[in-house]
Amino acid sequence: MNIHAIRAIYGFEMARTWRTLLQSIVSPVISTSLYFVVFGAAIGAHMTAIDGVSYGAFIVPGLVMLSLLTQSISNASFGIYFPKFVGTIYEILSAPVSPFEIVAGYVGAAASKSIILGLIILVTARLFVPFHIEHPLWMLAFLLLTALTFSLFGFIIGIWADNFEKLQLVPLLIVTPLAFLGGSFYSTHMLPPFWQKVTLFNPVVYLISGFRWSFYGVSDVSLGVSVGMTLVFLAACLALVWWIFRSGYRLKA
Amino acid sequence: MPPIISVNQLSKTYASGFQALKQIDLDIRQGEIFALLGPNGAGKTTLISIICGIVNPSKGTVLADGHDVVRDYRAARAKIGLVPQELTTDAFETVWNTVSFSRGLFGRSANPAHIEKVLRDLSLWSKKDSRLMTLSGGMKRRVMIAKALSHEPQILFLDEPTAGVDVELRRDMWAMVRALRATGVTIILTTHYIDEAEEMADRIGVINKGELILVEDKAELMNKLGRKQLTLQLQNRLENIPQALSGYPLELSADGQQLVYTFDAQSEHTGIDVLLRQLGEAGIDFKDLRTSQSSLEDIFVNLVRERA
Repeated sequence: MNIHAIRAIYGFEMARTWRTLLQSIVSPVISTSLYFVVFGAAIGAHMTAIDGVSYGAFIVPGLVMLSLLTQSISNASFGIYFPKFVGTIYEILSAPVSPFEIVAGYVGAAASKSIILGLIILVTARLFVPFHIEHPLWMLAFLLLTALTFSLFGFIIGIWADNFEKLQLVPLLIVTPLAFLGGSFYSTHMLPPFWQKVTLFNPVVYLISGFRWSFYGVSDVSLGVSVGMTLVFLAACLALVWWIFRSGYRLKA
Repeated sequence: MPPIISVNQLSKTYASGFQALKQIDLDIRQGEIFALLGPNGAGKTTLISIICGIVNPSKGTVLADGHDVVRDYRAARAKIGLVPQELTTDAFETVWNTVSFSRGLFGRSANPAHIEKVLRDLSLWSKKDSRLMTLSGGMKRRVMIAKALSHEPQILFLDEPTAGVDVELRRDMWAMVRALRATGVTIILTTHYIDEAEEMADRIGVINKGELILVEDKAELMNKLGRKQLTLQLQNRLENIPQALSGYPLELSADGQQLVYTFDAQSEHTGIDVLLRQLGEAGIDFKDLRTSQSSLEDIFVNLVRERA
């Protein structure tokens, strides 16, 4: 195991985070704060509680998930896309590193960054709305699992993308809609029966439901199903990454 | 001593169907400077890229210090440093960080003393805290060399190291290459500047259209290079070379109108004076004469044209 290489890639990526602090950390915090001001404090005051949880508190897990998803994808996809774009990828490809080490470095850094971000958002949210966390360990587990899974997904997008447009395409056209329709701002039980069924095809529903359960002990789908579906998605991403390195797809001629 | 790099029957066909390499066989000797010479698109970079792991081979194998570059890539690549042709650097990193990054990537523990030495050797020390985007092209080239040397490789590939480089950097680079060779590092450089190969290399390989058409000691090539030919345009047709002149390396053209004398231009006695005197004595008159020299350039151009 080339620990030095993992550390080098991880350190390089984290340095990028600190260098672009404003964009990496501050702007998602500001935009999330705006959600809380609008939905939590202003509109939330006129909403009835959902499953016994006040609306302001109800949207906290969903908003954290929303940031976690989008940031994991954008961090990881950009992290691997950029060396491909400027050509510095030659060094990674010619180094004595295994695919696992490359992924550990890039995905590890992207996931770390979004976890830090998620925690910052949680702390920020506490300034606007009171909430409690019933199962803190589960909460952390979901945070970790989601960050890891979607960072892997982002890594795949970064390898697949051969221009900047494609890099934005999947997050914009698929991930953001799925995240918004995944129950960030509502319980899926509030939907008509037909749409409740449709919603079950949205993987984000399981993430948000499980994550919200770790806060308030209430969920749209059962905890087991949430964890299971997340693991399935993680496994799918791992398989795809394995295939990418085995075939050299978009990396090696 | 076994070769440090052994290329066996290596072929590469790109997805587009373009065959970049055709069954290349090549052994690089430990500690030599090997120049791979060829026109643009000959396959130089493809060959290097396969050895370094950036491009997958279609057929054939490459051993680097006995390690298969595909199956045993970890051991093989740890020995190799690569300076690619394109100037590709991270814009926002500092010189120090990017060179340290390379060392880590190649699995070596941090060694600030070594990094400092590399940076000083390449006149980069004063720039160590500069961001890469603030550096000139020549300085970026030096940074890329520093990155390749950061993990103390035993084999160094320089792909077109002096393309677009000023005289000073070129001289520095050559000095550096010689200093590295003195420490036992094997250096493979590609170039299409023939004088560079002449100046630097122990051996020269010529590649064209994916085929390795010549591999020879530079000394051998220089020998050919050092040879000159004196061509005499005769006044009268000659049937045979006269007995009196049989001691000379003379050749008579088929039409009997030209007499060609080959000599070593670098030797003290070329023998031209004696030859001309004896020709006079033998009653052979000539109306014109010229001397010509075959340069590495000629050899190269002829080789490449022959195969075209």
